[in-house]
Order: sequence, then structure tokens, then C-alpha cells
Amino acid sequence: MPQSETTPPVVRLTDVSKSYVAGSIEVRALKRITLSIPADRFSMVIGASGSGKTTLLNLLGCIDAPSSGAVEVCGQTIAALDDDAVADFRARNIGFIFQNYSLIPVLSAYENVEYPLLLVGMPAAERRRCTQAMLEAVGLAAQADQRPNELSGGQKQRVAIARSLVKGPQLVLADEPTANLDTATGKAIIELMRRVQAESHTTFIFATHDPQLISHADEIFAIRDGELIEHRTMRAT
Amino acid sequence: MSLLLKIGWRNIVRNRRRSMMTISAVAAGALAMLLFAGYTTYIFLGMETGYVQRSGHLRVFRSGYFLYGTGNPAAYGIDDYQSVMRLIGEDPVLKPMIRVLTPTQSLMGIAANYSGDDAASKTFIGEGLVPSDRDRMRRWDPYHTGNVFAPDRRLSDADESRGLIGSGLARILNLCVPLALANCPTAPVRSSQTDRPTVNTDLLELAARDVDTRRSVHQAPQIDLLAATVGGAPNVVSMTVGGAQPFGAKELDDAVVIMHLALAQQLVYGRSEHKVTAIVMQLDRSQGMGRARSRLAALFKEHHLDLEVRDFGELTPFYGQVIQLFSGIFLFIALVMGVIVLFAVVNTMTMNVMERTNEIGTIRAMGVRRGRVRAQFVVEGALIGAIGATCGTVLAVVSGAIINHAGLTWIPPGNNEPIALYLYVLGRPGLLVGTWVGLVLVAVVAAFMPANRAARLPVVDALRHV
Repeated sequence: MPQSETTPPVVRLTDVSKSYVAGSIEVRALKRITLSIPADRFSMVIGASGSGKTTLLNLLGCIDAPSSGAVEVCGQTIAALDDDAVADFRARNIGFIFQNYSLIPVLSAYENVEYPLLLVGMPAAERRRCTQAMLEAVGLAAQADQRPNELSGGQKQRVAIARSLVKGPQLVLADEPTANLDTATGKAIIELMRRVQAESHTTFIFATHDPQLISHADEIFAIRDGELIEHRTMRAT
Repeated sequence: MSLLLKIGWRNIVRNRRRSMMTISAVAAGALAMLLFAGYTTYIFLGMETGYVQRSGHLRVFRSGYFLYGTGNPAAYGIDDYQSVMRLIGEDPVLKPMIRVLTPTQSLMGIAANYSGDDAASKTFIGEGLVPSDRDRMRRWDPYHTGNVFAPDRRLSDADESRGLIGSGLARILNLCVPLALANCPTAPVRSSQTDRPTVNTDLLELAARDVDTRRSVHQAPQIDLLAATVGGAPNVVSMTVGGAQPFGAKELDDAVVIMHLALAQQLVYGRSEHKVTAIVMQLDRSQGMGRARSRLAALFKEHHLDLEVRDFGELTPFYGQVIQLFSGIFLFIALVMGVIVLFAVVNTMTMNVMERTNEIGTIRAMGVRRGRVRAQFVVEGALIGAIGATCGTVLAVVSGAIINHAGLTWIPPGNNEPIALYLYVLGRPGLLVGTWVGLVLVAVVAAFMPANRAARLPVVDALRHV
């Protein structure tokens, strides 16, 4: 498979397979995948439902372990870390955006965005400044005190984006971030992420089959039946 | 920690109906435990007060009396008891602790009434004491039970011949009418002399010798008390019955005679040296009992006195048995309440974990360690426990205050008069804190199991949970 040679990889998968047992049947979700995803890019993992996109994203996000093969994220071999160390690694380096937003319902928009900074032990004054700046960046400064149930779907996803980016991670993983949004909101969210990515130079990796989102891709990784069938660089750095 | 508390508190408020049910269960547990504990404390302190009023804290006996002396009290008299009392009363350690120091003489014999046509007699258990000291002892009430007695006019230091008897003994001796006792049926007229109990006729004659001469000068009825002196000779004295009162247990009620110490000594020792069976010590506070006892033992050893000391708990095993019984019941209630609280919190926290599985997956993905997830749910369990225990404690204090001011009375087993019902809830800070801490700990333990399950959830499984 051709790999981008213009930027160093933020993720490197070597011969990675992932199997799980459903009932009495062993399902091979990923089959011997080897890939490198360059940093500072808008990368898409595409494929049909059940092709293994989310499983791949889970491995990249260090929230699942491969059955075989090696996963290296931001230069760190994940298998070498214990559970707490992996959690700390995620807290520092990886942001997540989920399809269903997954905001903490009892916290306000401000508190949701502030949460990752508490995990990395940022001092209060700096935390306040970063949180407010990030809410302003996603256009939600006025909704800072509102709880998730008081926000629209688009606003919730903006909060989720702000939460994933506030700690300045090297990598943001987004699983179908526009799936629950209408076209106009989805477009606005994509533009927001594009803008934030350009400003922060964070690597975004999406699992999606949204054509609108795919049209913004710098790199595309196509998966079918757990196998990487194509890697295409859409835009040069 | 503040974030854990914030999220915990907001989740409790968010699921307020479920939380309220669990908090109510914890509060009900605290309320039940504290009210029952307040009641048992009342029973314990009431009993202690009663026993200390009657028997003092400590009693000094001649060695061996406790095990063998009650069968023959006269044989175990304390020699030169006035000197022993002086030794105790003037001791610099004991002096500030002692409230009442008084001698007492136990005795047994036959009480007889010959005043009517139908003479009657009955064996009695007697105690000779100093009436004014008895009055002072009966006013001991450091726990403010309100169960104090006015000076008893039926006994007097000045009149050594006066005494009290049990109402059962009064009934048996045909004294219901002369003493104007209520609820005291007069004995039916017996058909033949053969029905009469056999009484030693020699003793009766001895007793009857000077009865007629005295009877005319006393308004109150008189009985004759017959007993063997320390030398073994029969002796008899007359006692003016100042009154009769119930003594709780029928065996006592039918046998007790309380008299002036001098009269008891006259009966037991006759013309020989007057001794006493025991020296009673009532202290200002029960807490000083151990120290006083140690000091007495040291004092007796130092002066080579063949004396022993017993406390009221040893002399009245019933007290210890009641404490054991009520402590057992309290433990059982605490156990039941603990189990109820445990299951209520486990149920609530399990539902919380199930409902928030996706949230658990999210925060784990964001980098929250397993331990923090566990801590989150344990903190929520602890908060529920703390709120419930606080509500229950406040309710118990308020309920206790209402009950204490309601003027409720009751007659405890073995008592004669109704006494005020009082719940010692507020007066026992250790119990309040202990119950609160105990219930919070139970809630924490109950929350730990679902919290641990939440912490061990695989992140991807939690994120997939709908």
C-alpha cells in the first residue's frame, strides 16, 4: 500500500488482527492490517457497516487491544503499557468524538469541556482560560452554563469537539461524528473541525461513510471485511 | 475529589426519586437504631440508677460473705465497722468520690403478727439501715432520669423501732386493714385450726411476751421479728410497721422487712458487739467505681483487713443479664437495618451503573483510570449513605425530643411506680456518630460491588452499551 511520505506517522499498525467471539462463532473483525497514518492530517477510515471501521478506530484510540500485531500511537508501543498507563496516555494524547456525543449529562457545557483538563492536572487558572477559549472557538461561549439536555444536536457535537481538543491532543478520533446531524449542521461541524485542525495541527482520524465528510479527507483508508483494501492521499500537505 | 462529589451529588439529584427511596431506607435504619439505642440507654441508666439508689456502687463485706454469707449473715459481721468506715471516709483518694457511706445489716427470721384474732407469721428477709442515709442514696440521679424519691417519712433515724414491709408480707400478716392498703385482699377465714401452718410455739410464746404492753402506746400496727442471734439463741424484737410497699418480685414482696440498723443489730447481736454485714458506698459518679474499688483493695491490704469489695453489677446479676439481652436485640436490629441499607444501596448503585454504562465508557476513553471510576460510584454510595444517615439522625433527635416532652410514663418490670419514659438520643454523641459512620460505611461497602463492576467494564463494551 502506498503511504504518505510527506509527514511522519502518528499511528503505525503492523500486522494487526482483531478477533472476538460472538456466541460460539469467532469473528475476525480486522485481518493483518499494516498501515501508517501521517500526522497533522484529516484522515478517513471508510467502509460499509460492519467492515471493521470502528474496531480499527478503537485500536487507534487505545481503548481496545489487538489479538495480534503491534499498535504504535504517537511513538508509543501500546502493548508495553499497563491499564492505568494506557489511560494516562489517552488522557494526554488522544481526543474522542462520538456519534452520540457522549457528554456527561450532569455537567454543563463548560464543565464537560473542562473535564479532560482536570484529568491531566492543569492548574485552575490555565484550565479556565483554555476552556473558555475552546468554547469560544466552537461558538458556544454563550451556552457555557447549559447542560447537554438544553443543547441541540449540533451544539452537543460542538461541545464534544471542544472537549476532544481542549487538552491539545496529538490525535483526535471521531466515529461517525455527523451521523446524527442534519445536512446543514453536519456541514457546519465538518467546517468547524477542518478549521480547528488547521489551527491546531492536530491529526484527525474519522470512521465514516458520510460523503460530505469524506469530501474533506486528506487521506482515505478503505476497509472491507476487516481488510485494508486501499489507501489514497487526496490532498498533499 | 470535588469533581467526584459534584458529579455524585448531581447524579443523586438527577435520579431524585430513586435516590429518595434509598435515602429513606438509610434514614429509617438510622432512626430505628437510634431510637432503640436511646431506649436501651434509658433502660440501662434507669436500672443503674435504681440499683445504685438501693444498693450503692460498692459494698464492703467480710471475706467470704459474697459466696457463703447470705445463708448466715450474722456470722459474717464486720468487726469494728465504725473504724473501717472512718478509714474509708477519711481516705484522701476515696473521700472526694464518696457521696454516701453507710452501714447495713442483713438478717433472716420470722415475722409474726399477733394483734388480731387470727395470728399469722412468715419467714422474712430483712435489712437494717440508716434511714437518713437511705433517703440520701435514693436522691442519686446523675443521669437526670427524674426517678428520685422524696424523704421517706415512714422510717426515721430518731425512731429505731419503725420499719417497712413488703405489701405481700403485709397481706400474709393480716395487715391490709390496719395499714389501709389498696388492692390488698383480706385472708379468708379458715375452717379449722388444722389448716394453719405450723409455727414453732416456743418462739411464738417468746415473741408474745411483751407484745401486749407495747401495743397500747403505738398507733401503727406492730409485728414481732424473731431471729437467731449470732450466738445461736433466739431473740425477738417488736417493729412498728410504718408502711408497706410492693417490691416488684413476689418472692421479695412476701418477705422483705426494712428496718432501722439499730433494731436489726439488736435482733442479730443482742447484747454482744454490734457489727454490720456490709458497708455501702455510693459514689458521685459510676465512672469512679473501678478506681474506688482498687483503692479499697489497696487500703484493706495495707491495714490487713479481711474484707472484700463487690460492685452492684456483681450483686445484681440481673443488671448484667438485661444489658446483654438489650445489647443482643440492638445488635440484631442493627444487623437487620444494615442488611436493608446494604441491599437498597446495592440496588440503586447497580441501576446507576447500568444506566451510565455509556458514560463510563466515555470517561474511560477520555483517560479516566479504573480506580477513579470505582471512586466515583463509591462516592455516590457514600453520599447517599451520608444524606440518609444525617436525615435519620436528625429525625431521631427530633422524635426523641418529642417523646421526651410528651410526658409518657410506663412501669418497668420489677418496678412499682410508673416512671417517665425518656429516650437518650442526644445525650450519647458516641452513639450518634457511631450509627452515622456505621451506616455510611455500609453504604460504601454496598456501593463498592457495583462500582467495581463499572470500573472493570471493557471500554469498547461500555461505549457500545445502549
